[in-house]
Amino acid sequence: MNINKWLKITLFTASLLIGGHATADKTLLNVSYDPTRELYQEFNVAFAKHWQAKNNEKITIRQSHGGSGKQARSVIDGLEADVVTLALANDINAIAEHAKLLPEDWQKRLARNSTPYTSTIIFLVRKGNPKGIKDWNDLARPGVSVITPNPKTSGGAQWNYLAAWEFAKRHFGEDKAKGFVSDLYKNVPVLDSGARGSATTFVERGIGDVFISWENEAFLALKEYGADKFEIVVPSLSILAEPSVAIVDKVVDKRGTRQAAEAYLHYLYSEEGQEIAARHFYRPSDEKVAAKYASKFPVIELFTIDDAFGGWKNAHKIHFGDGGTFDQIYLK
Amino acid sequence: MSTFTFKQYSILPGFNLALGFTLLYLSLIVLIPLSAAFIRTAELSWPEFCSIVTTPRVVASYRLTFGASFAAACVNVVFGLLVAWVLVRYHFPGKKLIDALVDLPFALPTAVAGIALTALYAGNGWIGQFLEPLGIKVAFTPIGIFVALTFIGLPFVVRTVQPVLEDIESELEEAAATLGANRWQTFTRVIFPAIFPALMTGFALAFARAIGEYGSVIFIAGNMPMISEITPLLIVTKLEQYDYAGATALSVVMLVISFILLLIINLLQWWSRRRSTIT
Repeated sequence: MNINKWLKITLFTASLLIGGHATADKTLLNVSYDPTRELYQEFNVAFAKHWQAKNNEKITIRQSHGGSGKQARSVIDGLEADVVTLALANDINAIAEHAKLLPEDWQKRLARNSTPYTSTIIFLVRKGNPKGIKDWNDLARPGVSVITPNPKTSGGAQWNYLAAWEFAKRHFGEDKAKGFVSDLYKNVPVLDSGARGSATTFVERGIGDVFISWENEAFLALKEYGADKFEIVVPSLSILAEPSVAIVDKVVDKRGTRQAAEAYLHYLYSEEGQEIAARHFYRPSDEKVAAKYASKFPVIELFTIDDAFGGWKNAHKIHFGDGGTFDQIYLK
Repeated sequence: MSTFTFKQYSILPGFNLALGFTLLYLSLIVLIPLSAAFIRTAELSWPEFCSIVTTPRVVASYRLTFGASFAAACVNVVFGLLVAWVLVRYHFPGKKLIDALVDLPFALPTAVAGIALTALYAGNGWIGQFLEPLGIKVAFTPIGIFVALTFIGLPFVVRTVQPVLEDIESELEEAAATLGANRWQTFTRVIFPAIFPALMTGFALAFARAIGEYGSVIFIAGNMPMISEITPLLIVTKLEQYDYAGATALSVVMLVISFILLLIINLLQWWSRRRSTIT
């Protein structure tokens, strides 16, 4: 137990040295995951302006990005995040469970399960779609090479896995789902540890016929590398990915930043916050903004993890825990 | 073990201070972090510990980690010796440059090395495009891991052998030649025994470095369970799942195996050094 304390003290001292708390300005630290970097760069500027106008006070928001699970672990180990905006609720659950920095029912505190913007999982294929990939069942076909990260290390990959599982459950029945997902993963030649690594494998190394991707990342790849190289394929069914946000209570109370942190997260739900999210290819939750950007997002039948799997805790235990269904694929 | 009787003063002053500092320093830097790993593991019961460290996936990863590290260290002993030999014995333009190049794997962030090697050896890379038609896949297979480990281990062998090779006087070889030894005999009987302990040290360092390597390997390995997953990756995987005890259990196993292997190598070295001084 003392080791934890020691670790926290060391990390805290390190953060003091690196962070340089010399400025008197109010600061917030937003600990987020990889693909939100550009989103929060724009959002932070907008929020700082809003805060300045409203309270006549300068505020600086620092942002930290990395794999969602890794970021959650840093917060557990003592990184002083005022707010966390992670890829999946389960990672924030872990902070509540292992470090008790926020109450276990944190998800009820903000609208829509504390999810200001959502996303989903779609496919990126090479130009012309040479393998004729249309839906999830094409990914399990022999001779198709699929790129997806390791769900044990990547939050995004867990969404991919569960979406494939649910598709099989609905089309082939509950008992066939495992066989289907197993066939799909036999088609995966490289299991990178994170979504960005998989994107590199698919885009730069030219490996694989299809890349299972966050919707926003797929749009970003299309924008960055040009529509002459890749195409987006929208499956008939996918999962509603809910990247959640929360205030870290113990940290904001200690640093006296609760008011600002709350305003920061609420601003994500405001019209301007929603607009920024939509511009970065996240699906806005506000109906007015959603209607405005409706043409940008393909229409897919979406299901939630709560409906299909009975929540993250359950899904995680059955599929990604030690000896779970994912482990079983490779042990046969 | 007379050094442990504190009353006996050495001729050199400062023994107490130096030993005290050594112990403190080693404790802070090495022993306390390592014992933290052991204490964390103590949260597990013995059967739990055993089942975690002997699952098929984990056992496959030990085989890969230690096997690939051993193979890479062996290759480095041969080619490291060759590089050291060339650098010590011959003079040629650009020698200083090559000498400096040897150290690069030390300095380069290992992730950079991993990404660079992957880009080279992937099916569409400079080297990969020629190997792939021959049916040789390097990137995303265990061979890729071996290549990465060879890369990072090379300087260890070169830098340990080089100074010893420089110290061997050419008179020794001349004497061997006048006594009728041919070139091969001169090498195997005179030069090799002198550099063997240094070679073993280089081997041990390259081997140990390879076992712990993470950054460069994950990019080139492909990370397929049972095939190309190294043990350090499994440790990171367990951490990602907030399984701290499981992660430290694996690290303890790696620590113990590495320690035993290094101990054997050190004993071998000690034995060879004794033998070469007696004869």
